[in-house]
Amino acid sequence: MSEHPKELIEPLGKASGKVGSAERLKAMLRIRRFEEQCIALAKAGQLPGHYHVYIGQEATAVTACAALRPEDFLFSTWRNHGHLLARGAAPERMMAEILGRASGYAAGKSGTLHLSVPKLGVPTTSALVGGNLPLAAGAGLACKRRGSGIAVVFFGDAGLEEGAFYESLIVAKVWQVPILYICENNSIPPKQRKRGQYTSSTLPAARLGDVPSALQIPAESVDGTDVDVLTECFDRLVAEVRSGGGPRFVEVCCNRWPGNIMTWPELPGGEWQLDWAFGGRPDRAEMVAWLPSDPLLRHLKKLVEQGVLDRAQVEAIDTQVRAEMASAAKFALDSPFPTAGEAYRDVFAEADGRR
Amino acid sequence: MKISFAEGLAKAIYESLAVDPRVMLVGGSFMGLNMNARKLMEPVVRDYSDRILATPVSELGLAGAAIGAAMCGQRPVVDLGTGSFIFQAFAQVVNEAANVHYMSGGQSNAPVTFYCLAGMRGMGAAQHSQRTQAMLGQVPGLQILTPGGAEDAYYLMKWALLESHNPTVFINHSLLFNETAEFTPGTPMLPLGKARVRRQGRDVSIIASSITVPRAMAAADALERQKGVSAEVLDLRSIVPLDRDMILQSVAKTGRAVIADECHRSFGVAAEIAASLAEQGLSYLKAPVRRVVVPDVPIPFSQPLEAELTVSSEKIQAAAVEILTSA
Repeated sequence: MSEHPKELIEPLGKASGKVGSAERLKAMLRIRRFEEQCIALAKAGQLPGHYHVYIGQEATAVTACAALRPEDFLFSTWRNHGHLLARGAAPERMMAEILGRASGYAAGKSGTLHLSVPKLGVPTTSALVGGNLPLAAGAGLACKRRGSGIAVVFFGDAGLEEGAFYESLIVAKVWQVPILYICENNSIPPKQRKRGQYTSSTLPAARLGDVPSALQIPAESVDGTDVDVLTECFDRLVAEVRSGGGPRFVEVCCNRWPGNIMTWPELPGGEWQLDWAFGGRPDRAEMVAWLPSDPLLRHLKKLVEQGVLDRAQVEAIDTQVRAEMASAAKFALDSPFPTAGEAYRDVFAEADGRR
Repeated sequence: MKISFAEGLAKAIYESLAVDPRVMLVGGSFMGLNMNARKLMEPVVRDYSDRILATPVSELGLAGAAIGAAMCGQRPVVDLGTGSFIFQAFAQVVNEAANVHYMSGGQSNAPVTFYCLAGMRGMGAAQHSQRTQAMLGQVPGLQILTPGGAEDAYYLMKWALLESHNPTVFINHSLLFNETAEFTPGTPMLPLGKARVRRQGRDVSIIASSITVPRAMAAADALERQKGVSAEVLDLRSIVPLDRDMILQSVAKTGRAVIADECHRSFGVAAEIAASLAEQGLSYLKAPVRRVVVPDVPIPFSQPLEAELTVSSEKIQAAAVEILTSA
């Protein structure tokens, strides 16, 4: 077994106090390469069970988490890998958990669905649609009572179909809780949906934001493919929530990545290539069509055009990130499965705090 | 002829739609992510799409609307998806549907079916592996069907959709789709509330339902082969109503009971059966009753941890051997 990894990595922006464009690129690339490892491991039969990837939505996690402080709370869903990596979770521990190994964050109990890292302000992860929304309002309430921090909750467009969404908004507004609702809308029009793709939300509202607006929670919509637009948006909304303005709602509009299909994700056109930012093209038409709304590719192209990074620098970053994620996969594969006795631990807490 | 569990289910749904225009499907997945089983639903979609409602992710609303429609003359079945999601609908299922008839002094009834693709399916982790039959069994007014064989998937679903007068929870274990059984079209259903003797035996009664039925059958085969033990296998078919008479009859014959159930140990289906044996069948017992059930812990993701908790054929065998050799 490899040496036990550090529990957490430095959260984005914690060291510098400010997150640069190149840092954001790297953070997005880390999520992309991590999930490519997941898909490869699943193909190899090493990742059992159902899982969901965040490919095409990385900009949201990275820019939102860059606006957060360590004391803040974050709630995610079954599609949590990006949020946790952006928040500073160690990819080795995450991958070990995803493979059900003893060295995972939950010693194999959570798998991908319920990955959580309380030390990063992620106390639990519900894999039920809307399950996290009331919990996040409660985390916001805790922040209000202690006088610091905010809660941020990520969820998909289908979350609005659950009654829990509506009830969470009501309590958050009535109590003026410091919470930012981030709805990552990755729906896809029914006609464009391929067989096997997840269905999309069927909310009969003209705009998702109409629902929170009716409850007097300010709502807006933002382009989920543009890192700079997202950065401005989250920095502003987080500041408003932090300064006691009460809840805010934002719909982040993403364009569904074509590999996101119901049974198990696939990589159309293979691993993501840096070359696609330098004139190359994927060999799959659906990827060619999707790439203009790939936030990672958009940001990379922008940085190169602006002269912030050149190709050699980008390749160096990618090499480093690939090595990090390959090593996370190796660590996970080398880790033993938990022993049977682990199944009986942690049903009830025996002390205040975790082992 | 042989049919599979998935075929039985699809056939029951199709025939019920054909026979009774009041039958409607609130959601239409039924087969989960089992792609082969999903194909069996194509005739239903082709011929009855006007009676399949597209569903938002609104379990409470869907269940409640189906209960309402049932009280007003329809016969809906709600596909709740993964069986654990019935919790999102609990307020309507438990506190509304189950009480409608009683609260109205027998004036109203709600012949609605809640379909749950439930159970420990492999790497479902804590939130997608729930078995709710024991806790739902605590709710007077709900019928709880737990077929363990393909013919009963057909008969019980058809019964729920066409004949039931009451709210019914149809619990289909995710791992049963490929189980097969002999089936003769046109033969009447073994009445609801009757257990099915899947295998006759003399030495020990294995009482099972849902997924534990095929596992009990495998255990009985192995016991016969390896130990010369003659095990009787009872398939309960439904938890409510529960066929206590048949359980007592079987144990009166064998003198020993192993109860195999996928609910948690405490306050579970097996606990109820053991209590019935203690109350009414103590004089038959030559050895203590054994429950082969899931320990009182949530279901973990990791495969070896889940295996540790799973009610396997091997554990059923071991329990039988233990009570056969202890006395």
